[in-house]
This record gives sequence, structure tokens and C-alpha cells, in this order.
Amino acid sequence: MAVDITLSVNGVPYPLTVDPHASLLHTVRGDVGLTGSKEGCDDSECGACMMLVDGRPVNSCSYLAVQADGSDVTTVEGLSDGETLAPLQEAFLTRGGVQCGFCTPGMLVSATALLDRSPNPSEDEIRTAVSGNLCRCTGYDGIVKAIAAVAAERAAQG
Amino acid sequence: MSTATSMTTSASSRTYVEARDVATAVAAMSAGARPIAGGTDLVVGARHGKAPLPAALVGIHRIPGLADVAPTDGGGLRLGALVTHATLMADPTVLASYPGLADASAIVGSHATRANGTLGGNVMNSSPAMDTGAPLLCHGGVAVLVGPAGERRVALADLWTGPGRSTAAPDELLVAVELDAPPADGASGSSYVRLQYRRQMEIAIVGAGAVVTLGADGTVTGAKVAITALAPVIHRVAEAEAALVGTDGGFEAAKAAGAAAAAAARPISDVRGSADYRRAMAAVITRRAVLTAVRRARGESVPVPASDTTFGS
Repeated sequence: MAVDITLSVNGVPYPLTVDPHASLLHTVRGDVGLTGSKEGCDDSECGACMMLVDGRPVNSCSYLAVQADGSDVTTVEGLSDGETLAPLQEAFLTRGGVQCGFCTPGMLVSATALLDRSPNPSEDEIRTAVSGNLCRCTGYDGIVKAIAAVAAERAAQG
Repeated sequence: MSTATSMTTSASSRTYVEARDVATAVAAMSAGARPIAGGTDLVVGARHGKAPLPAALVGIHRIPGLADVAPTDGGGLRLGALVTHATLMADPTVLASYPGLADASAIVGSHATRANGTLGGNVMNSSPAMDTGAPLLCHGGVAVLVGPAGERRVALADLWTGPGRSTAAPDELLVAVELDAPPADGASGSSYVRLQYRRQMEIAIVGAGAVVTLGADGTVTGAKVAITALAPVIHRVAEAEAALVGTDGGFEAAKAAGAAAAAAARPISDVRGSADYRRAMAAVITRRAVLTAVRRARGESVPVPASDTTFGS
């Protein structure tokens, strides 16, 4: 029995008809057509699929689309202002936080959730927050420095 | 790791309803639906091939009132079934009076797991490795279940019967877990410590929770100790508790409690550790949990989560 839902993805409402077992990830990639979020493990281990649902970080591979009915979903595509990258995205680029790029969408969403919750995190808090986002390229150093730099810039701007 | 074959219920037989009150959820469960909130066990378990997703699901994640943390009439704390681990690890009352529960909540999964995974799902999943289990037991946790015949209360020790098994009927919904008031007759502290190979995204290899109460002269007047991932269910260890009462709560007393916990353990060997290793570590981890609870009872500050800070003790 398919279920009618409305997902608000990056501020745009999408009326959809979904299988009750369809994941939020597959629905956003396949039905909405936003393929920034990645499927890595499909098991809540790697974080490549991470989205914000009503502001909460969610491994969307393991979250049912039907449960997000009426929720505000933010994917990596929603972080930038059109073609203008978000400060976190710029910092990842300039500080070596991106290599192959597969973890990057989830990593950026995870970092966004961290800074929303804790605007001035310690390095330990940053490393803890991205523990659920596996990166096999960068060694995390550039990622951690990029997140710390954005937090510091925001603090300096008051 | 994707195991699509395990999820092959026919698409046409799948149903989903979203409940906005407990009665609707219970009615759906009576008709065969399984409740889903954060989905961090149910959906992930299906991905693992552990069990397919149930054909009939009832979403309970938006039922009002079930995400509240509130005092009980008896001075204890009522935790709604939808309270997330993220809420528990930051709640001022939990941090002040039930810090062992904060220790446990802070090390479940990643921050995405904690933002969505609920206490109710954790409790009803009945895993012998669940981190919140030992502190809930030590704080006198009682499950409040609602079924077609009404509400009943079950001590957590009588709820869990084995991995994934409980005495709750399929049509009973957990609505809350209630904790005892903190001991009023002295200074008390609690803790949860686990053996972990990494700090996040980890499942306890061995865990232990403790609540210790000290009299005015520093003597241990009350102790509760529970062990995790060391038996088919998380359970208290009376011998470990007896080894602490009347002592100064120092290293030798904690060591004796650890030895009692190791003697009571009935661990299995699996990918995370052998039974022998788990038994040996039961002594160490229980000792660390007790020493941490004693430090907190003495008014010393121990960061949450305690697991990250107890190496070498």
C-alpha cells in the first residue's frame, strides 16, 4: 500500500507517493532527484547519507521516508545559497577537507548539525561529531581544521 | 552489506499509519503493527538481515507528551519513551542526579543515532549490550506499558528475558521509564563505563553501571551494580553490591566488587571479544564504574561520558 506524503526538501515541498519501506535516502535521490546525498553502507555506519530532518542529523538510509512526512529536510544541496557556497563548504575546499568527495555531503551536513548545536566546539567535540562519518581519504585533519576555522570565523564576527 | 533479500515483504502488503495518540498506536499494534520511532534499531536491523522490516508499521514518533522528562510524585524521574539519547545526555536533572544514564546516552552510536534513537526503542530492543540498561537498572527503572487492557508497570529486571526478548506483549506500547528518587540518606553518585575499541559508533564489549551512596563519614551505605554484555540480559550483581556496603569505597573495595561481577558473568564469545576476555574485563570495567560513582558521590567532577576518562584506574 503506497502512502502519500509531502517532504519539504531544502525549502521546496514535494508531494510524493512512497512505499512504506522506502528509505528517506532513496526517496530523495530517486523521487526528488537530489543525488548529493550518497549511499555508502546502507547501514547507519558511514554517514554518507546524512541529512537534517527538522534540524536533527539523520542517517537517511535507515530512516523511512514516511516518517519524514511534513518534516523539513535539508540535504547538502540546501547548504549553499544558490551558487554561493556555505562557509563550511568553502573551508572544506581551502583546507583539504575534500579528496574523493564521497563522504563530503554527509560530512558537511554532520558539521552543520554540530555547529548549530555547539557554535564553538573543541577539537575533541569536532572529532566526536564526525566519528559517524567515515572518510578514507583525508585522514580527517583537513576536515577537522575546516570545521574549527568556520567556528572561529563565526566567533570573530560575533 | 546491503541485504535486499531480507526485506522482501510484498510491497502491496506493507502498511504504515502515523499515530498521534497512544490509543491509536495500541489499536494498530493489536492489529499486528509494530511501532517505529527513531528506527535506529528496527530499520538498521532489517538492513543487517537480522529481521525483515515488519509489513505493518505504526509511526509513534509524533505522539505528544512521550518525549518529556518530568519529575514523579515520589521524587523520581519519568522519562517518556520518545526521549532521545541526545536529550538524556544534556538534561540538567539527568546530569545532576542520574549521571550514569548520561554517561551511557552520550556514547550510543554517533550524534545522528543519538538525535533519533529513543530510550523506548533502546529498552524494548532488549539488547544485552545496550548502554542505557545498566544505569536504568541501578536507578530502579520501571517500564510503563500500555496495552488494550490498560496500563501496567514492570520493573526492568522483570521485563528483559533475553536478547531481543521481553515479557511485554506484542500489543503493549512502552510509554515511559520511571526512575527512583536519588537516595536521600546520603551523598550518592552514579556511573556507566564500557570497554570500547573506539569512542563512538561502538557497541559495548563489556559494560558496568553503579550507584553508590556514602554516609556522613564516607562509608558506603548503599550500592547498586549492574553488568552489560556479560549475560543474556543486563542484570544487577548482589555479590558486588554486598562487597561494597560498609567499606570506604576505595580501590580494594572496588576491586572486590569487580571480582564479584566477573564471577557472576556468563559471557559469550563473538566478533567483539572472547568469553574469557570479557570475564577478565568484567572485573576491570566494574571496578572503574564503582570508583567513578564513588568519586561523584564525594562531589568530585567526572566528565560525561565517564568511559573516556577512566583508563588506568
